[in-house]
Amino acid sequence: MTAMFTHIVSNYEEVVAVILFCIGFCMLLFSRNLLKKVIGLDIMDTGVFLLLADRGYIAGRTVPIITDGVSDMTRYINPIPAGLVLTGIVVSVSVSALMLSLTVRIYKTYRTLDMDKLYLMISNRRKGGRA
Amino acid sequence: MSFVQNYPFFSIVLSLLCAVVSFVVPARWGKRLTYFLLCASLYMQTHLLVFCAAGHVSFSYMMGHYPAPWGNEVAAGIIEPLMALLFVVVILLSISGGGQHIAADIKDDRQNLYWVMVDLAHVSLMALCYTNDIFTGYVFIEICTIASCALLCIRENGRALIASVRYMVFALIGSGLFLIGVIYTYAITGHLLFPQLYDAIQALWAEGTYRFSMTAAIGLMTAGLAIKSGLFPFHFWMPDTYGRATPASSGILSGVVSKGYIFLLIKVIYRVIGADIFAASGVQTVLLLFGIGGMIVGSVSAILSRRITTMVAFSSAAQIGYVFMGLGMGGQAALAAVFFQILSHALTKPMLFLASRDLSEAAGGHEEFRYLRGAAHRNPIAGAAFTVGALSMVGVPVFAGFIPKLYFATASFGMGWRTWAVLLALAVSTVLNVLYFLYTAMVIWMPGTSEQREYRTERTAHGIWAMVVFVVLNVAVGLSSTGIAALLTQGFDLFCR
Amino acid sequence: MSKIDKDSLLGLWLTGDLDLTEQLYADPLPHPEETEKYQPSHDPAAAAKVTRYFRRFYNICAALLCMIFAAIMLLTVANLPPYGAKDAPTVNEVAQRYVEKGTEETGAVNTVAGMILDYRAFDTLGESFVLFTAMCAVTVLMNQSGKRRRVCVEAETVDYYADPIVRTMCKFVIPVILVFGIYILLNGHLSPGGGFSGGAILASAFIIFAMVWGDERAQGTIRVPVIKTITLCALCFYALSKTYSFFTGANHLHSVISPGVPGRILSAGLILPLNVAVGVVVCCTMYSFYMYFKRGEL
Repeated sequence: MTAMFTHIVSNYEEVVAVILFCIGFCMLLFSRNLLKKVIGLDIMDTGVFLLLADRGYIAGRTVPIITDGVSDMTRYINPIPAGLVLTGIVVSVSVSALMLSLTVRIYKTYRTLDMDKLYLMISNRRKGGRA
Repeated sequence: MSFVQNYPFFSIVLSLLCAVVSFVVPARWGKRLTYFLLCASLYMQTHLLVFCAAGHVSFSYMMGHYPAPWGNEVAAGIIEPLMALLFVVVILLSISGGGQHIAADIKDDRQNLYWVMVDLAHVSLMALCYTNDIFTGYVFIEICTIASCALLCIRENGRALIASVRYMVFALIGSGLFLIGVIYTYAITGHLLFPQLYDAIQALWAEGTYRFSMTAAIGLMTAGLAIKSGLFPFHFWMPDTYGRATPASSGILSGVVSKGYIFLLIKVIYRVIGADIFAASGVQTVLLLFGIGGMIVGSVSAILSRRITTMVAFSSAAQIGYVFMGLGMGGQAALAAVFFQILSHALTKPMLFLASRDLSEAAGGHEEFRYLRGAAHRNPIAGAAFTVGALSMVGVPVFAGFIPKLYFATASFGMGWRTWAVLLALAVSTVLNVLYFLYTAMVIWMPGTSEQREYRTERTAHGIWAMVVFVVLNVAVGLSSTGIAALLTQGFDLFCR
Repeated sequence: MSKIDKDSLLGLWLTGDLDLTEQLYADPLPHPEETEKYQPSHDPAAAAKVTRYFRRFYNICAALLCMIFAAIMLLTVANLPPYGAKDAPTVNEVAQRYVEKGTEETGAVNTVAGMILDYRAFDTLGESFVLFTAMCAVTVLMNQSGKRRRVCVEAETVDYYADPIVRTMCKFVIPVILVFGIYILLNGHLSPGGGFSGGAILASAFIIFAMVWGDERAQGTIRVPVIKTITLCALCFYALSKTYSFFTGANHLHSVISPGVPGRILSAGLILPLNVAVGVVVCCTMYSFYMYFKRGEL
């Protein structure tokens, strides 16, 4: 069983990425402020991208831009994760913009960003309406 | 290569172009463009389905000049165009049925954006249906998420905004988990396209290396898509989301968007991971348990809710529970039941949302049950449609909702303790469904008080036709189940690896 | 270590009292049509108590979930192939063809550009439409044109940035940024960079312009119809040109697009025009995000 998990030390970069992801996840779960939830989401995304980018690295090789006419795989790292990370970053930017604009609109409507207060406010209104 | 095989790609590109053009033209042209797009797409999916079913062919289509492990691909057999056809029909009926509410709920300067979002939801669903590449799946999941959030929050009130935030948070956690699952899968196999992934995963599993990461990747991808489609215990965003949007959006979100994620999950299970490995990894049993939990908890929450839209939305949670229970059972018989469940739910739920909005308008804008007494007398078409939907959800024969329950029950035999769990869950859930749906149907048909008589609603011809078509399709699926089952069996030969 | 001061920035941040959005919107009154009427409940204390119990229950569940999740993720990472390994499963025939045949087949010296805009172009097409979707969604939420103008933040901001030093510096800096952005955009197939990074750099120049000279001036210079038309043309060009190459590729037809001589600026077939189109889309999207957040209209 322990033989399966031998790479925890050599995969230190991935460990950092996972820790970063968990920090973002905790922030998303525990913080009541909507703005901090958005920041948590962004940190989560960053962790994922770090994890993905790490998968492309090959020790002792250089960036995958063909120089001096040498197009041999043994000289360059894997280009696929780089392309995937690029896509991921664009998606993350779009999603953050959308989340932030939702945050702004909620603040303008309810004058608070505390999720507990928001739920209290809307549940009270529902009860008041029913009475 | 036949020209018909270009249709999956054409429906995607046409939809992208329509979305871009709708962004700059006035709203009424955007609306016409969307109807044109949906009709064209309807024709293309039908033609493709006939082509594939008649010739019993499945094919993959290169997106570019490079073959499979290098370039992107889309693929189609019988199941893919069938699902795409279902999605297009439901979107078309939802927007034509909810057209007058769209005009009333959404401000004039935002209406063209509504049509842009419908186009984008359509493109992402088509791509999710046809994609043969897991990372393309992720990209279009995100388009789908953003478009559905916009469809939800375009109705400008505070509750819709809070509902959108909840929806977005769950959806983003879901897509984050899915992406990590994709990364782990890529890290241990080195591929992104379905056929190559399948071969690599089979080889790895037989060899026994990286088995823990593979299990984690399967679990993460499944969990991500399950959270996005609203599996218990992550169904809390559903009532707000579906209950607060304009009814056409509720129909699209509950009927189609969640089914798009589920269909991608089915593709991942049967075309990427393989049914045997999925069963062996233990994720299958977890899905079964959560599915059963969703069936019960969703129904109980629906009984406890006091507003008709909230009730219909919680019933969606219960119906999604059926789907995941079917995926957790494994085997082709259960898979057929899952597809019937998707079919019947996608055809019934938008109709229920449209009808409940009409009924609440007939009750003077109130959604609470005690105001709804006699609403069906003032709007008989909505009342009839709601009653048909309720009977279908309960599982009365002749209507579509009966078929999946029958198939679930027959598929469950010979599975040990699972047989008892499934049968018990089906029985309890049906009893609960009877409680709340028939109660509602009784309430709306009760004679109302005299002062409520003045609320009358006007329905446009479009809206009435959409309701009628929904009802007809529902009964047609209920009556022609053997034909559809034969088509599905033929499709599984091509679909499952 | 002493206790964190409650009124300090960090203290406010930790206790959740600091709202950064307040700096964006100094206007204390909400829009009349957006505020729903607030009705007090029968018993606010009971509701608050329920919320508190729910919060406690939720915190315990969330902590458990986090720990289990972190443990699974760490174990999975330990079970992955080692970092930087030469024989990892990801170093296979796919990556090899991208690197070794990429220049010859696509004409791009930058393998990543060749990969995302030629081999896996469908993903990138989807990615550009993610940006477009987000732009539409932000427009849905933030578009205030036709409503009451907000001027109070405006006055303060303009005063702050009307500083002659800032303006004179910007007159020098903005052209440099623009040239750099165009360079990155046009050399995407030869060197690091491409549509996404170049577009972001170009957008930063426009955003600085709008910040320093004020939104009114920026709106006068960079007109709304122009932004919309450019985005429309770029996206349509992107979709149509990719339609051509997907259609010819899938039907095994001859494509007129040739990779050219690798290393030249005018080479790599469609990659250069596509980079420009993507750059334009990114630039317009970023700029419109800024304008919507700043003043609620383009």
